Amino acid sequence: MQLERREDISLTALFIAPFAAIALALVLCTGLIAMAGVSPLTAYAEMLHGAFGSRLSITETFTRASPLILTGLAAAVAFRARLWNIGGEGQFYMGALVTAALGHSIVTALPLPLAWLVLAIAGMAAGAMMLLIPTILRLRFGVDEVVTTMLLNFVVILFIGLMVETVLKDSMAFGWPQSVPVASSLRLPNLVPRSRLHVGLILAVLVVLVVWLVQARTVFGTETRAAGLNPRAAAFAGVPLTTTLIKVAALSGGLAGLAGVIQVLGPMGYVTTTMSPGYGYAGIVVAMLAALHPLGVIAASLFVATVFVGADAMSRTTGVPSFIANVIMSVALLAMLTALLFTTYRVRR
Amino acid sequence: MTNPSPVLELDGITKRFGALVANDNISLSLAKGEVIALLGENGAGKTTLMNILFGHYAADAGGVRVNGKLLPSGTPRAAIAAGVGMVHQHFTLAGNLTVLENIIIGAQSLWSASLKINAATARIREISATFGLPVDPAARVTDLSVGEQQRVEILKALFRDARILILDEPTAVLAQAEAEQLFRILRSMAEGGLSIIFISHKLHEVMSASDRVVVLRGGKVVAERKTADTTPAELAELMIGRAVSRPKRQAHAAGAPIVTARSLSVSQGGGMHLDSVDFDVAEGEILGIIGVSGNGQAMLGRVLSGLARADAGTITFQGQDISRITPRQAVRLGLGRIPEDRHAEGVVGDLALWENAVLERLPEISRWGFVSRALARERTAALISRFDIRGATPNTRTRLLSGGNMQKLILGRNITAKPRFLLANQPTRGLDEGAIAAIHSELLQARAEGAAILLITEDLDEAIGLSDRLQSIVKGRLSTPIPAEKADARVLGLMMAGVWTTAQQGAKHAT
Repeated sequence: MQLERREDISLTALFIAPFAAIALALVLCTGLIAMAGVSPLTAYAEMLHGAFGSRLSITETFTRASPLILTGLAAAVAFRARLWNIGGEGQFYMGALVTAALGHSIVTALPLPLAWLVLAIAGMAAGAMMLLIPTILRLRFGVDEVVTTMLLNFVVILFIGLMVETVLKDSMAFGWPQSVPVASSLRLPNLVPRSRLHVGLILAVLVVLVVWLVQARTVFGTETRAAGLNPRAAAFAGVPLTTTLIKVAALSGGLAGLAGVIQVLGPMGYVTTTMSPGYGYAGIVVAMLAALHPLGVIAASLFVATVFVGADAMSRTTGVPSFIANVIMSVALLAMLTALLFTTYRVRR
Repeated sequence: MTNPSPVLELDGITKRFGALVANDNISLSLAKGEVIALLGENGAGKTTLMNILFGHYAADAGGVRVNGKLLPSGTPRAAIAAGVGMVHQHFTLAGNLTVLENIIIGAQSLWSASLKINAATARIREISATFGLPVDPAARVTDLSVGEQQRVEILKALFRDARILILDEPTAVLAQAEAEQLFRILRSMAEGGLSIIFISHKLHEVMSASDRVVVLRGGKVVAERKTADTTPAELAELMIGRAVSRPKRQAHAAGAPIVTARSLSVSQGGGMHLDSVDFDVAEGEILGIIGVSGNGQAMLGRVLSGLARADAGTITFQGQDISRITPRQAVRLGLGRIPEDRHAEGVVGDLALWENAVLERLPEISRWGFVSRALARERTAALISRFDIRGATPNTRTRLLSGGNMQKLILGRNITAKPRFLLANQPTRGLDEGAIAAIHSELLQARAEGAAILLITEDLDEAIGLSDRLQSIVKGRLSTPIPAEKADARVLGLMMAGVWTTAQQGAKHAT
């Protein structure tokens, strides 16, 4: 048995792949749910109900999806250029930290739209920095960015812990390890009253559209794709590989940082070391399920958010641990990677 | 002409890949001590047939008989056991192991307590001596030349008691002298009672080394000839299916020098360097650089493409220094570039045709950073019809093009820009005769329009047919040029061997 490269990749197959992967993940997880003593059908029904059953749950699902769209886009942009950014989590936290640090001090003096702009730029710069360092290390010394970006996540989270216990400590938080809150005037307005859903969702979708346009239509986008698909041919044609990769790194890290910004200005208001249920890592799943397409990122984010929110609700009503959400997501990722393999290769005996 | 008991018979072999019939009811037989050449263009089905014979593929119909016994299909193990050995075009050797280790891997039982090294070494030496295949069993494979590695592959087959040897394009990677040596070895093996099939698309090889020729075209056997009873011209026509002649160069006077290199040296990265190289290419002239691959051609191509920078010496284009330019600057200045390896450097296979057509010129075909896609597609459509790129639209994925059509795309995107200078690095390597003729006529047309062309090639017929002047490259050094009219096999042989003072005198005497 051997794998043979397909002559052409069918777009239909590529479109079906994520749905097949998700279906397979759900089927495979029935066994685990059954082991927890609950009928899988009941559990999945409860999940769906938990994610979309009420006004509150729907807004909650979209609230979860907002940062995921940005971290997913961050991963998709980097992977397209074969820059393996596993550091979305750390970049997210750096964006959040900078927002909290500036959002309770100097930026409060600025008029509103400008203040948001400054915070967005600062947060994106902080996130970008966290990816630029590993990228430059790779370009200069050949250091594998998978290792450096992933390990930086832990460094950043420990650094956040240090900050919220010291200089940024909120003395009014009854000893909870959380940062001082950003000025209430800076918080993003809600989209739906009496919910946590905020305009960050609109912003995330707009950013997706812009990135899609850039990737599909601009010189930078074309050069990035060429460099990702065949670096030697791209270099021969005059694509500056180093600067292209650095631009991609800045964009990818910046997008993950922006996710941190909207999370602090939106639902959170402050920073803690546990504010992300793995948005950065889940972004990788989102990017793969989206087959690295910007528009697919929106749909994939919604799926992942549904699983997270639904699993929380389901575990409250049925007693199946909400860790099942992580299992479903991971299995979906593995299934998607396998499906992508079969869209490019066929098995031949 | 077939012996009463052939050692190998193929009977009605048919193999389909989807809609493509790679082998269509092919039968042939091989006698003891016979050398058969399997001749055909790229895509004629030669390699597929040999892979079926060796058991890599299972045939859809038909069977393989060795000494009258049917081989089970689809298992190389059975083929080896029956005494069939195969030497692939791309070697299957482990570079970090020794010759001995490479040969005995898989030949000894997994469960034997010790490797029988002394016995194996003795046996290898014995086989080496019998057939004139000198290789040191203790040498590491990475340290061997390509020719020696091929000998290891042959030894590997003989060590497993192969009586029938299949060689897939054995000379594709060899220099002329190595190829001649290989054929001497094959001849002595045939005299020793082995039977040999070798695959080739080079006529002179087939004529000099085989007893019998089987010509494949479009997956079918179109002819079978005794080598003594045929001519290269007949074989060429059989192979191509029609008489194709390469275009001829018209004499005309060259103009002023366009590109001039003086004492140009490059030493960076791996591979062969350039060592104080001089050449001139004039307006309306083709300068051919001949030589065995791996002698600095790649580096010369890299410098002229803007991928490598000169350490010493100068290289000018219309008086302007181009020794330290980038690829983008090269394109902007009007230097056309056909890379050595079209798949690795020429195109991005997974991008659309139109994207590859304009990739070099993205900045000039865009506004405010946005690519003018309509304009790019329009230009590509023009390119497709002007250069006869078959089976393609501007939106086709470039990977789907055949080698010849891909090369026409690369050539086309250069030539439509009317370059003053064109680097053509191995422009027809691996192409079939039809595509070669098309590429040659385009190069000659560009020459007629006044382009200065530097042709780097290993194909001597191509070099002599196209070039006005010839220089050879040996170990990073260039010979002094000779006019193409004075080139004959002896002179070029000496030039490629690096003995150019003698070659020059030879050329002088020839006048």
